[in-house]
Amino acid sequence: MIYREAGQFKTTYAKDQAIFPIRQDRYAMAAILTIAFFIVPFSVSDYWFNAILIPFLILALAALGLNILTGYTGQLSLGTAGFMAVGAFAAFNFMLRVPGMPLLVAFILAGLTAALVGIAFGLPSLRIKGFYLAVATLAAQFFIEWVLIKFGWFSNYNSSGVITAQPMIILGYEFITPRSKYLLTLAIVAVMALAAKNMARSETGRVWMAVRDMDIAAEVIGINILKAKLLAFAVSSFYCGVAGALWAYAYLGSVEPSAFTLDRSFQILFMIIIGGVGTVLGSFLGAAFIVLLPILLNVGAHYIPGVPRDLLSNLELIVFGGLIIFFLAVEPHGLARLWQIGKEKLRLWPFPH
Amino acid sequence: MTFFFEVLIGGLLAGVMYSLVALGFVLIYKASGVFNFAQGAMVFFAALTFVSIVERGVNFWLAIAITLAAMVVLAFAIERVVLRFLVNQPQITLFMATIGLAYFIEGLAQGLWGAQVHAIELGIQDVPFKLAGINISQFDLFASGTAAVLVAVLALFFSYTRTGRALRAVADDHQAALSIGIPLERIWVIVWAVAGFVALVAGLLWGARTGVQFALTFTALKALPVLILGGFESIPGAIVGGLIIGATEKLAEVYIGSSLGLNIGTGIENWFPYALAMVFLLIRPEGLFGEKRIERV
Amino acid sequence: MIRSVSLSVRKTALCAVIGAMVGAAAPAFAQNEQFIPMLSYRVGPYAAGGTGFFGGFIDYLDMVNKRDGGVNGVKLTWEECETEYKNDRGMECYERLKKKGPTGATVVDPLSTGITYAISDRAPTDKIPVVSLGHGRSDAADGRVFEYVFPLITSYWSQSTAKIKFIGQKEGGMDKLKGKKIVNLYHGSAYGKETIPVLDVQAKKYGFTVTHIEVPHPGNEQQSQWLQVGQIKPDWVILRGWGVMNPVALRTAQRVGYPSNKILGVWWSGAEEDVLPAGDAAKGYIAASFHPSGTNFAVIQDILKHVYGGGKKGNVDDPKRIGQQYFNRGVIQGILAVEGIRVAQEKYGKGKPITGEQMKWGLENLNLSEQRLKQIGASGLMSPLKSSCLDHEGGGAIKFMAWDGAKWTNITDWIQSDQSIVRPMVEEAAAKYAKEKHLTPRKC
Repeated sequence: MIYREAGQFKTTYAKDQAIFPIRQDRYAMAAILTIAFFIVPFSVSDYWFNAILIPFLILALAALGLNILTGYTGQLSLGTAGFMAVGAFAAFNFMLRVPGMPLLVAFILAGLTAALVGIAFGLPSLRIKGFYLAVATLAAQFFIEWVLIKFGWFSNYNSSGVITAQPMIILGYEFITPRSKYLLTLAIVAVMALAAKNMARSETGRVWMAVRDMDIAAEVIGINILKAKLLAFAVSSFYCGVAGALWAYAYLGSVEPSAFTLDRSFQILFMIIIGGVGTVLGSFLGAAFIVLLPILLNVGAHYIPGVPRDLLSNLELIVFGGLIIFFLAVEPHGLARLWQIGKEKLRLWPFPH
Repeated sequence: MTFFFEVLIGGLLAGVMYSLVALGFVLIYKASGVFNFAQGAMVFFAALTFVSIVERGVNFWLAIAITLAAMVVLAFAIERVVLRFLVNQPQITLFMATIGLAYFIEGLAQGLWGAQVHAIELGIQDVPFKLAGINISQFDLFASGTAAVLVAVLALFFSYTRTGRALRAVADDHQAALSIGIPLERIWVIVWAVAGFVALVAGLLWGARTGVQFALTFTALKALPVLILGGFESIPGAIVGGLIIGATEKLAEVYIGSSLGLNIGTGIENWFPYALAMVFLLIRPEGLFGEKRIERV
Repeated sequence: MIRSVSLSVRKTALCAVIGAMVGAAAPAFAQNEQFIPMLSYRVGPYAAGGTGFFGGFIDYLDMVNKRDGGVNGVKLTWEECETEYKNDRGMECYERLKKKGPTGATVVDPLSTGITYAISDRAPTDKIPVVSLGHGRSDAADGRVFEYVFPLITSYWSQSTAKIKFIGQKEGGMDKLKGKKIVNLYHGSAYGKETIPVLDVQAKKYGFTVTHIEVPHPGNEQQSQWLQVGQIKPDWVILRGWGVMNPVALRTAQRVGYPSNKILGVWWSGAEEDVLPAGDAAKGYIAASFHPSGTNFAVIQDILKHVYGGGKKGNVDDPKRIGQQYFNRGVIQGILAVEGIRVAQEKYGKGKPITGEQMKWGLENLNLSEQRLKQIGASGLMSPLKSSCLDHEGGGAIKFMAWDGAKWTNITDWIQSDQSIVRPMVEEAAAKYAKEKHLTPRKC
């Protein structure tokens, strides 16, 4: 009743092609952005910034990157964490070795470095498909981990191979409080999410989806598969690289290569599967689910009296694995699909049809 | 020259250990089309169950029987709770489900039996004996012998028994197999139980070497390049792939290291097999013995 | 419809739990309590060590509560949070627990180098001291730069110098080290690489050659590394392992015929969990430690009496683990924490809870002399320790133990580290950190 399109007429092509054609959607998006930018920063405690919101945003960005590669282009990749590591270490090195490097430029350069690495490791995708490609991307993951640990140059010869992120300063303002870090991360993620959404709606996005659905047919109708796949790898790795740089600078403050292991790649893959493969909303929903779930389990465990600590920790793992399976069985298209179904129902509600 | 042969033979024998784990993957993929990432967790669970039962004073062979029974129960549970709801889902969904399953089994194993590290004594000393001047490990030879026997038994099972043929039919097409009356659920339970048995053998052999602890789950990662080289559906492929990966990995670790100055080459063991597998895939995308995929538009 | 029902059920459950969590943010502790967050790990590949260490830590605190009624009447409280040995989980646990208790978190020891690094950046702003007992960054010994980080007793670099001293002892004098060959077999991680520079410095000073061989994580398989060791034929192998790498190293050494009594392990390769799976391949293996195993120390006996006595259950499931390496390490962490609280209370007021900043002062003014250790009941368990603003390490010493197949037995007395080598390296690295972070070191 509230959510209906009746009475909304599009009078220009531009209005017809808008991201949110329905007025209620536009209001909702504006409300979310207002809350995120103006209300949340002043109403939640530091804990929420430091432990939940910032990692959620960063991981959502990485999930967006993986979604572009796996969701839209159908190239299964398990090297996400490796590309994040490239981004983090590249940002550190650019800030360290180029005097006077502005922070945002360093992030962009870090993303570009990750993109180059992504293209290099994406070359096999021209011959290899499906699971085999996933295992080939594992080569990227392990190789990148090895390189970053082995060659001390990357961590400025720190004896442990850990990099400590320099303070974040833009135009003389230092981002040191959790609130400011949150706002910076939110701004970057919002801009990049918008870019991703538009890329997905454009010809590039349609080319990617064609490659995903049936790449031989796509080639037959004249799509350049080489360019499409490599572009997907590049863009995806750019997103992951920026996410990695943010992880080092805005979240942990110091990073070693073991923050970006295979576990992290799996975590991001979980996010897009649970959130919804091939959707921008899905990246965010999945990231929220995966970030919040362990914390909820951890906190909830305290309310179960008398159970030994060891068993509780293992129960967390068991419940986590079980929930993943449950989700995949109940809704394989993810939370985004549930959201879509909800919206469909809302358009008719309270009428049955 | 002896050193070269030592490294080579050591590598070949190490490769056999990888193949043991890869066998479990192949079995499940062959029969249910599922890439079971939880195989590593199953190796850990089987070994931990066995060693915990033995430490409570049960006889060796009885403990093996009990652990096998536990793996059958696990197979039942997996079929009923996981596979039944995921019939005909795309491969990626099934793969993700097995990753979730891996977390589940890892938590279950340590929740049930505790986080302690255990030793397994299989009665075979790991002291080397010399053959033509080369040190060969007795334990490795025993492991290879076991693997050979296991492979022979499985190959016979798949080719000459009714259940084996039914398994291959199910691997081809779930719905077609259902339509000709093959009981899908029972077949899946059987194949996961057999994979559980293979996991137990692998767990015992690896556990004797590393101790039964959480790191056993990482053996799955070593098996992946083996699968690529050998093909996901082939049992002899798992063995051949394992031998190749083991040998080249060790030779690369030692010789690339010493030719470029020891400090460059060391530690490449983690990614070298994957890189090798990737290069191999560029030439032969289905692996040595895998089934060629025909794509239609 | 099944789907919408399950969705709404899920949503309401989620809302309820989030609400409870936000609501439960208010501390529910009484006023006269000292809160210590426990960033523990009880699952995953290092769970054996984690359960032992945190078991010992919690049991000691429990014992102090039961035997003494707390520290001058202030009861010790704690809350565990599972980090799974992951940096971001550790960070989340730290953020969640840092404000609990009447004065906030007192001190934190995550027993993980990665988490320590991550938390060390926030500790000065939050004013919560981080103790990285026997792990973490060696350069944090310079308290002028790392005001809130305490690598107490001894750091990796110090321990490495003590090892070389031990080898020198075994060879008949430090001058006999000239021309000897040592292999450093290290775990392929940040932790593993940490001692490469200090070994190189010592190699140059004493004239021995050191070859660094990496074992890629996790170290299930070390055939090629040990074959290389066989080629080099070193006089000693230093094993810097972690987790599964340790038993595999010992077994593989047996396979290539390298004698176990020439393998010298660090203390993360020197716990019962590391040698038991290796069976008889571990007999004769030597490991460094900053505390012995065993239960015949007054403080351990007190734990057995007050926490486990009368059939009560302590934090550790298997009573055999009491007195083992990880358990005793946790007890020592407890001793340091309680002593820090006590010293801080002497200055800031007995009988009331202290803040993190006051605890930092306490940890900087520890004076655990041999006499004080006797009073606490830890004589022989710990070496004497004296920390200061300049020296956050405390000058602890190291003992070496040999494994006989069933237990660890000490084969040396306390050996001091060589600070003439370590301190300059520490100060240089700390200065570099200060420059990177635009920090001005404080005056001590």
